[in-house]
Amino acid sequence: MTEPTKPTSTIESADAMPPPPRDESKASIAWRELKKAPFTAQFGILIIITYITVAVFAPVLAPYGESEIVGTEYDVWSNQFPLGTDNLGRDMMTRLIYGARNTVGIALITTLLAFFLGGTLGIMAAVLGGWYDQLTSRAVDVLMAIPGLIFAMLLLTIFGTSIPSLIIIIGVLDSTRVFRIARAVSLNVVVMDYIESAKLRGEKVTWIALREVLPNIMPPLVAEFGLRFCFVFLTISALSFLGLGLQPPTADWGSMVRDNATLITYGDITPLLPAAAIALLTIGVNFVVDWFLHKTSGIKDEY
Amino acid sequence: MLAQRLSLGLVTLFVISLIIFLGVSLLPGDAAQAMLGQSATPETVAALRLQMGLDQPGYLRYFSWLGGILQGDFGISISNQRQIGELLGGRFANTLFLAVMAAIISVPIALTLGILAALYRNSVYDRLVNVITLSSISTPEFFVAYILILVFAVNLGWFPSLANVSPDTPFFARIYACILPATTLTLVVVAHMMRMTRAAIISLLASPYIEMAALKGIPKWQIIVRHALPNAWAPIINVIVINLAYLIVGVVIVEVVFVYPGLGQLLVDSVQRRDLPVVQACSLIFAATYVLLNLIADILSILTNPRLLHPK
Repeated sequence: MTEPTKPTSTIESADAMPPPPRDESKASIAWRELKKAPFTAQFGILIIITYITVAVFAPVLAPYGESEIVGTEYDVWSNQFPLGTDNLGRDMMTRLIYGARNTVGIALITTLLAFFLGGTLGIMAAVLGGWYDQLTSRAVDVLMAIPGLIFAMLLLTIFGTSIPSLIIIIGVLDSTRVFRIARAVSLNVVVMDYIESAKLRGEKVTWIALREVLPNIMPPLVAEFGLRFCFVFLTISALSFLGLGLQPPTADWGSMVRDNATLITYGDITPLLPAAAIALLTIGVNFVVDWFLHKTSGIKDEY
Repeated sequence: MLAQRLSLGLVTLFVISLIIFLGVSLLPGDAAQAMLGQSATPETVAALRLQMGLDQPGYLRYFSWLGGILQGDFGISISNQRQIGELLGGRFANTLFLAVMAAIISVPIALTLGILAALYRNSVYDRLVNVITLSSISTPEFFVAYILILVFAVNLGWFPSLANVSPDTPFFARIYACILPATTLTLVVVAHMMRMTRAAIISLLASPYIEMAALKGIPKWQIIVRHALPNAWAPIINVIVINLAYLIVGVVIVEVVFVYPGLGQLLVDSVQRRDLPVVQACSLIFAATYVLLNLIADILSILTNPRLLHPK
């Protein structure tokens, strides 16, 4: 026993304790936490806010119309076209701005769908248990045994590549992951005494799921939402890049890279800008989620 | 335990083949109509129905399809009337070549970085690696691929930007052509693998017997080598095999960017042409490889863990 404190320090959890409750508004607590946040998280929040602003005000910010042909093909950067034009002579800058609205918007809708489906089924599986739990869990096991991108491509061949089928296919496939995490965290909650007393009071299943379980599993679900969004966003971009996602003339970052990729062989970085836009947003969201996980619980090292 | 996991793997494979087959019959109308489009004449639709055997009942078609695949007969491509088996053979070998090459580069790097990050947890190195790998995971594969092309193929001219190999390309020329695609895959997969290794080692170091060893005053390196490592093999093997499975699937985009004649490229082309039999065959091969690798991961972790071999 030479140095009793030193070896244990490597094992100790580094996670901060949750702040004590105070008489403050939620906004001011959030602001205080934000100021204490590491640089990466602040950077991430800044990125997210910028993207949302660009997406909402796209028509105001963009110099031209979304699919308006305004110049010659592959025009260079100039005062008239800040980032040049694309393979059909549309303004790159405009397409990039509208891309924020289309690509991010569709990824967000898809993630919401995945959470609605997976969250509902997952919490229900934990609350109801029994054959319902067995049935849904085994179905999810099978769906997850097939690699997502491949399965999505198979289904897109069958149902055709339209925006609704893209949203539904990716949403359903991704809801399996949400199901797993929602079920796992709910299982820890449903054994609590207050759930038992709610059941004895004769509350309905929906009440138990929404009022008793859901508020107690919010932190991991919120973090998972961020991660899922990134994953969905990357999947949709990858499919669009392969020509199987969003279809022209909709401005979309994945297909913009694909359409203008020939420019790269001439040393022009313009086609990389939409890809960089994708990367920047996912990095930003990941930084925020990382910080959030670190703050709320010890599950930082789970994946 | 082992037999149970093996039979579960077989059942999964069977169910997957069923899903892949049944998916096609979910088509509104039928597969022949959907593939030819609304403008097709009834005669051509009828001819295609006959060629695809759609006049037979579903369960018969399923068994003849599955039976054919087990014998290596994947049917005939709709778009160019060739045997699908012919199309697949060389391409699957190419895909495996690329994936194995990426794995040979990435596994040692990822394990070393991951173990170091776990040992020096919360150090500057750990935080730096955390930020870098988070960024790398968040980056689309095609972005990494095009940056590599821009820097190493266009600006420096060291490597070719297209990896179009043919069956008679000599071995070393093949490796040379695959350097950029393999590097892209490596960059993507190392981040995943490293984070998983780090998490596995950290959760291991948090177990009571490691704390006990530390409290007894055993030197740190001895705790790692004698106490932690024997139990770390299972999670590490798991991490490697899961990422191999990820590599097999991750090649799709890389193959398209580098115009590499692999299975992924064929899959993407066939999805665009709505060539269903080829899509079915490719998805089945990808899914089966994925399931088999996950099965191997589970079996290895059962074999390396005595407590799982002898359940109470």
